[in-house]
Amino acid sequence: MSAPRQKIRLIVLALLTGAAVQAAEPDMARVSNGIFRPLFRSQTDLKEEPVKSFRLDAVPVTNEKFLEFVRANPRWQRSRVKRIFTDDNYLKHWASDLDPGTNAHPDQPVVWVSWFAAKAFAQWQGKRLPTLAEWEWAAAASPTLADGSRDAAFQRDIFRWYSTPSPVVLPDVASGPSNFWGVRDLHGLVWEWVSDFNSATVTGDARGDTGLDRQLFCGAGAIGARDPGNFPAFMRYGFRSSLKAAYTVHNLGFRCAKDL
Amino acid sequence: MKQNMTHSLCAIGLGAALLSSAALAEAPAKTTKPVRPIDPEVMSQEEAVLTQAPNVPPPIKRKHSAKVIVHLEVKEVTKRLADGVDYTFWTFGGDVPGSFIRIRVGDDVEFHLNNAPDSKLPHNIDLHAVTGPGGGATSTFTAPGHSSQFSFKALNPGLYVYHCATAPVGMHVANGMYGLILVEPEGGLPPVDHEYYVMQGEFYTAANFGVEGLQPFDMNKAIDERPAYVVFNGAVGSLVGDKALTAQVGETVRLFVGNGGPNLTSSFHVIGEIFDNVYQEGGTSINQHNVQSTLIPAGGSAIVEFKTDVPGTFILVDHALFRAFNKGCLGMLKVSGPPDLLVYSGKEVDAIYLGSAAEAGSDSEKKVAVLKAQMASELKGNPKIAGLTREIQVEKGKSVYMQTCFVCHQPTGLGVPGQIPPLAESDFLIKNKEDAIRAVVIGRTGETVVNGKTYKGTMIPLAYLTDDQIANVLTYVRNSWGNAGDAVSAADVAKIRAEAAAPAATAAPAPGKFE
Repeated sequence: MSAPRQKIRLIVLALLTGAAVQAAEPDMARVSNGIFRPLFRSQTDLKEEPVKSFRLDAVPVTNEKFLEFVRANPRWQRSRVKRIFTDDNYLKHWASDLDPGTNAHPDQPVVWVSWFAAKAFAQWQGKRLPTLAEWEWAAAASPTLADGSRDAAFQRDIFRWYSTPSPVVLPDVASGPSNFWGVRDLHGLVWEWVSDFNSATVTGDARGDTGLDRQLFCGAGAIGARDPGNFPAFMRYGFRSSLKAAYTVHNLGFRCAKDL
Repeated sequence: MKQNMTHSLCAIGLGAALLSSAALAEAPAKTTKPVRPIDPEVMSQEEAVLTQAPNVPPPIKRKHSAKVIVHLEVKEVTKRLADGVDYTFWTFGGDVPGSFIRIRVGDDVEFHLNNAPDSKLPHNIDLHAVTGPGGGATSTFTAPGHSSQFSFKALNPGLYVYHCATAPVGMHVANGMYGLILVEPEGGLPPVDHEYYVMQGEFYTAANFGVEGLQPFDMNKAIDERPAYVVFNGAVGSLVGDKALTAQVGETVRLFVGNGGPNLTSSFHVIGEIFDNVYQEGGTSINQHNVQSTLIPAGGSAIVEFKTDVPGTFILVDHALFRAFNKGCLGMLKVSGPPDLLVYSGKEVDAIYLGSAAEAGSDSEKKVAVLKAQMASELKGNPKIAGLTREIQVEKGKSVYMQTCFVCHQPTGLGVPGQIPPLAESDFLIKNKEDAIRAVVIGRTGETVVNGKTYKGTMIPLAYLTDDQIANVLTYVRNSWGNAGDAVSAADVAKIRAEAAAPAATAAPAPGKFE
C-alpha cells in the first residue's frame, strides 16, 4: 500500500470519527515551538534560533518503507541510481534491487542511503527532511522533559551510545523509549541525515579566511562552541560535517518531517 | 588517480617529466583537486613499512628523498586494557599506540587515511611532522567507510606524535588515537643494536583501576584529569614478562618514547639505567648526556639511548610513581649476559639489623600474640567459619592457578595427554596430599601414576610462591574439576619446605628461587 493512499484513508477515518486532525499522520509526532541554541555560531549568527511547531516521524524510515519507495521510483533502485546521487555503497546490504534479503530486516532502519535518496523519499511521501535546528530541538527532549539537558541519566545514556561501537546487527526501530514528544530512536539507533547537514561547516566566522570546518579540529574545536562539555553534540556535528550529500554509511539513516 | 598510476609505474627513479605527463593523461574521475607540482628532489618511490609497538621499522638506508606512500586504517576495537578489563579503543592500525611510521627528511609523503566501514564515527589525523593547517587534519576528515588522501613534504626531521583531531579531540586521544612518526635527519641516526617504540597514555574509565568488565570512557574524569589507568603501549602489562623488551649485555638500546596524553606529562625513567644520550622533546640534537629521568609532554616525544652494562630486569616507569605503582605505568627491559661485579655487585651482605628499637617481647606484644592465638582457635573451633576459610582458600588459589599453573595443567585441569598429568578427577592428588605439596615446593621428576596412567615429565619447583599461595592453590585444585579433598594449610606447606631444606632430604631438584 502506498503512503499517500494510506494517508487519504486515514483522513477519511479521522473525519468519520471526529478525531483531531493530528491523527492524520499516525506515524508522526507533533513537536511544539522551541528554541534551538546552536553548538557553534559566529558573531553574526543568532544565539538562539526559534523552531516553529512541526511534525516528525516517530521512528526512522525502515527497510520496508524504503522498499516501497524504490518499487514506486525505479530510478532510486540500486542498479539504476545515478552515481552523482550516491556513492558505490548505496543499499549495499540489500540482496538486490527489490529484495532487502536476510541482512536487512523489514523493521530495521534503512542505512547506506545518501542525502539525495533521503530527500527524494521524503518528497515522495509529501514530507521533507527535518532541519538541523528541528532535529536538535526534538532530540533535546528526554522521556519526561522537553529540555533534557538537565536530565543526567538521559545524558549519560546518550553518551554511552555515542562511545560504543555499532552493533553488527542493528536493532529494529522503536526499540528505544519514547521521548517527551512521542518520538523514538533519535539517540541510540543510527545517525540521521538532516536537510542542512553541512551548515555547521559552510557558515563562515568572524576570523576572515579561516573556515569554520577547521575549528572542529583539535583544541580549536572549542572556539565558538556554546558548551565545550557537550561531547555528544560535538560528535553529532563532527559526524555531519564529515559527510557529503552522496555519501552512504553503515549507521546513517533518516526520518522525515512536515510542516503543521 | 595518482596512486593507481604510480603503482603501475613503480620503477625506481622515474623521470619527473614522465610522471607529470602520465598524471595528466589519466584525468581525475571523481574530484577536482588543485594540481600539486612534482617534487624535483624525489628520486624513488616506496610503500612505508609500518610496525606495531614495541617494534620500529628498519633505519632508512637511502641517501636521497623518496615518495613514500602510507596507508593507515582507523579501527574502533574492543580489547584488553588490563586483566579482566576491556575497553573500546579507537586506533590507528588496530593497536594502541598507532603504527610507527618512519620516513626521511625531504620525503614526499602520500598519506591515505582509511576509516573502517564499521566505525561509529568520523576520524582524521594531525601529524605533528606536517607543516600545514591542522597537520593534515583539515584534509583527512573521513566518514566511516571512506578514505582520504593528502600529501606533504617532510621539512623538519625529528620524532613526532600524530593523533586524531576530531572534536571532541580529547576523547579521541583518550581512547587511544595516537602514535609516532620519525622523520630521520640526513645521514640518519647513529646505528644501535636495538630500537624500540614505547608510548605512554592514560585512560579514563568509569570504574577504578582493576574493576573488571567492559569499561566505558568517563568524560568527567577526563575533564578533571583523573585517569584510572596510565600505561605504556595501550594496556597494563604490555611490556612485561615474555613481552618485555630485550637486549644483551654490552649492546646499545634506543627508545623512541612518545606521550599521547591526553593530559599528563611523563617523567620517563628506566630504573637502574642512566640515559647516555637524550634527544630532548624528540628534536634532532643530543642536548644532554647522563640523564636519570626525562620529561615528555603530552603530544610530545623523546629519544633516549644507553648502553647496557650488566644483566637484569630494568623497569620502565613514569617516575610520578603512583602512576607506576597503582595505575599500570610499568614496562620491562630484560638484559641477559654475564654479570660485571665491578659495576654491580649484587647483594653482598644480608644480616639482621636491630637498630635502636626495643627487642621483641614487650608486654603489649605478648598480649597481642595471646589474643591472636585465641582468635585462631576460635575460628578453627567454629565449623561454619572453618568452612568459609576453605572457600576463601579456593577462591584465592584460583587466581594463583590462573597465573602460574594453567600453562601446563591447562585452565580446566585436564593436563596434556601423555605429558602433563591431569589434576581433574586425579586419584594421585587426593591420595597423596604431601606429595602434591612436595611437587610444588621442590618439583618432581621420575614416574608419577595418575588414574592408572604413568607420566614421566618433570615439574619445575615453584618455591618462590609463598606458603599461603601454595596452600591456597593446592586447596583449589583439590576442590575443583570433580575433586573433593580437605584444605591444605600454610603450616602443611611450611613443614614440607623445612623438610626439603634439610640436607640430603631428597633427590629431587634443589629447592630455591626459581627463575
